[in-house]
Amino acid sequence: MKILVGIKRAVDYNVRVRVKSDGSGVETDGVKMSVNPFDEIALEEALRIKEAGKADEVIVVSIGNNDVQQQLRTGLAMGADRAIQVETGDTLQPLTVARVFKALAEREGAGIVLLGKQAIDDDCNQVGQMTAALWGRPQATFASKVVIDGTTATVTREVDGGLETLEVDLPAVITSDLRLNEPRFVKLPDIMKAKRKPLDVVPLDELGGHAGAAPATGRHAAPAPRSRGVMVGDTAALVAELKNRGLV
Amino acid sequence: MTNKILILAEHDGATLNPGTAKAVSCAAAITEHGGGTIDILVLGEGIDGVAAQAAAVAGVNAVLVTDAAHLAPPLAVNHGPELAAAAEGYSHVLAPSSTYGKDVLPHAAALLGVNALSDIMAVEGARAFKRPIYAGNAIVDVTVPDDVIVCGTSRSASWPTAAEGGAGAVQARAATSQRAAHTRYQGLAGAGGDRPDLQTARIVVSGGRALGSAENFEILYRLADGLGAAVGASRAAVDAGYVPNDMQVGQTGKIISPELYLAFGISGAIQHITGIKDAGTIVAVNKDADAPIFEIADIGLVGDLFTVVPEIEQQLS
Ligand SMILES: Cc1cc2nc3c(=O)[nH]c(=O)nc-3n(C[C@H](O)[C@H](O)[C@H](O)COP(=O)(O)OP(=O)(O)OC[C@H]3O[C@@H](n4cnc5c(N)ncnc54)[C@H](O)[C@@H]3O)c2cc1C
Repeated sequence: MKILVGIKRAVDYNVRVRVKSDGSGVETDGVKMSVNPFDEIALEEALRIKEAGKADEVIVVSIGNNDVQQQLRTGLAMGADRAIQVETGDTLQPLTVARVFKALAEREGAGIVLLGKQAIDDDCNQVGQMTAALWGRPQATFASKVVIDGTTATVTREVDGGLETLEVDLPAVITSDLRLNEPRFVKLPDIMKAKRKPLDVVPLDELGGHAGAAPATGRHAAPAPRSRGVMVGDTAALVAELKNRGLV
Repeated sequence: MTNKILILAEHDGATLNPGTAKAVSCAAAITEHGGGTIDILVLGEGIDGVAAQAAAVAGVNAVLVTDAAHLAPPLAVNHGPELAAAAEGYSHVLAPSSTYGKDVLPHAAALLGVNALSDIMAVEGARAFKRPIYAGNAIVDVTVPDDVIVCGTSRSASWPTAAEGGAGAVQARAATSQRAAHTRYQGLAGAGGDRPDLQTARIVVSGGRALGSAENFEILYRLADGLGAAVGASRAAVDAGYVPNDMQVGQTGKIISPELYLAFGISGAIQHITGIKDAGTIVAVNKDADAPIFEIADIGLVGDLFTVVPEIEQQLS
């Protein structure tokens, strides 16, 4: 079985993101870029499934210009077998990304498409759902546990009401939540080895190009700041403040 | 063009989730730009009670009820195709930005061949919205082209619960889909409990890594019970196993907007703050005077939570 893992190049989660003064976007010049944390977890899960003898190949996929090769190399260093860069200079909408994953899943005959539940840049949380819909295959989002048993997967999902369990037939789309696993650290020799692993470049148009009318993105603004509060000296002052404001 | 809005109801089989009435407020804001009607779609089995609750939300025109056995579990592979089929003729399709709404709405949007908007926080026009990106560090204006259905989730913390007193017409709508044979629902292990719901409670008491154990969380439960409050937690507290996942507040947990949020031993990581930015008053108790949570707290106290929590409880009783 092949597992296809999507890894998005995104602003590192430790960066304090700032809106550009002209409102045209957020500051990304000179900002540290990493693999979207949810995607790193998705890749870790795929590697563990392979290490348990339940998959033969893990393929990492990223969409973008040549900069994404950096994140693909990170994925290869973590242990993926090969990488695919879907080349485009455009910022894509989730529907187009989903169409790419569906096309690749079919081309590769993937048993699982494993994605992060959301990217921490646009916070859309849509691609896995859309991929499952277009592909007509099971959709197990927000996974905190995945058990593969032959041709099925049992997936525990983190939902608002608690933990939901689904059993799905493979092939299927699974998206990772944070508690699915803790990704491994990359070791130096693995980075060297990753340089020799195959990385194919496929033009976006070969996989269907853009899908759906894209919403127009306008001005970016910083969120309204909260006004600075007061510090109190002890519990009595805290309780008095709460009572004053009619909160308790 | 006047707006024709369809909202996907969220419910547990018996009770309409408040996220639905919040989505109605979002829809009402859309109808301020060119008028229009608001309908609600209820999917499930044996859901007349839920339909009646939906019909009673002020501003609702019609409630479409699709009652079928295969729709009883809230599976996106079954609910998504129903929503997409029901969307025909509508200008807008909305769902609450809960895990349910986020699971189903993009699925339906893809079947409709349209892009979707997540977490609509403000309406600027019938097709113009604001939504948060980068964990709420930026707010972006988004405009949907004229010729496609607007599909989006409404960010629950941004919208008030629509009032009751509506008299929507309840109509049966036959299912158009069949059970997706490739997916089997095995159940929900809910944490349950009698405490108020985290997403609708007026007061939320929340604890972080500093609590140190599941047992120590008891002091927060006691305080919360005295206040009639819900209990939340940081991701660190959930990851450490002190509390279940459904208590997590933040970017990847619940986004909440209580009148009062009391954070004990939470450092104030950006991913946590994202979840509480819309709270009325934020109180932070932390023993580190430099903890970032004090930058956004309305009332801050530098102190040891293990002393402060029992003191608050005592002084309030
Ligand atoms: C992609 C991503 C998504 C995330 N999503 C979320 C999310 O949804 N929600 C979330 O919460 N986090 C989230 N996080 C994690 C987040 O970055 C922080 O790691 C987490 O919020 C820290 O939790 P904490 O404040 O409890 O722990 P810490 O940061 O360890 O803070 C503990 C605090 O307790 C204080 N303290 C210690 N002892 C006491 C005492 N006796 N009395 C008073 N104060 C004391 C310390 O001074 C410290 O400030 C996410 C991270 C990533 C990468």
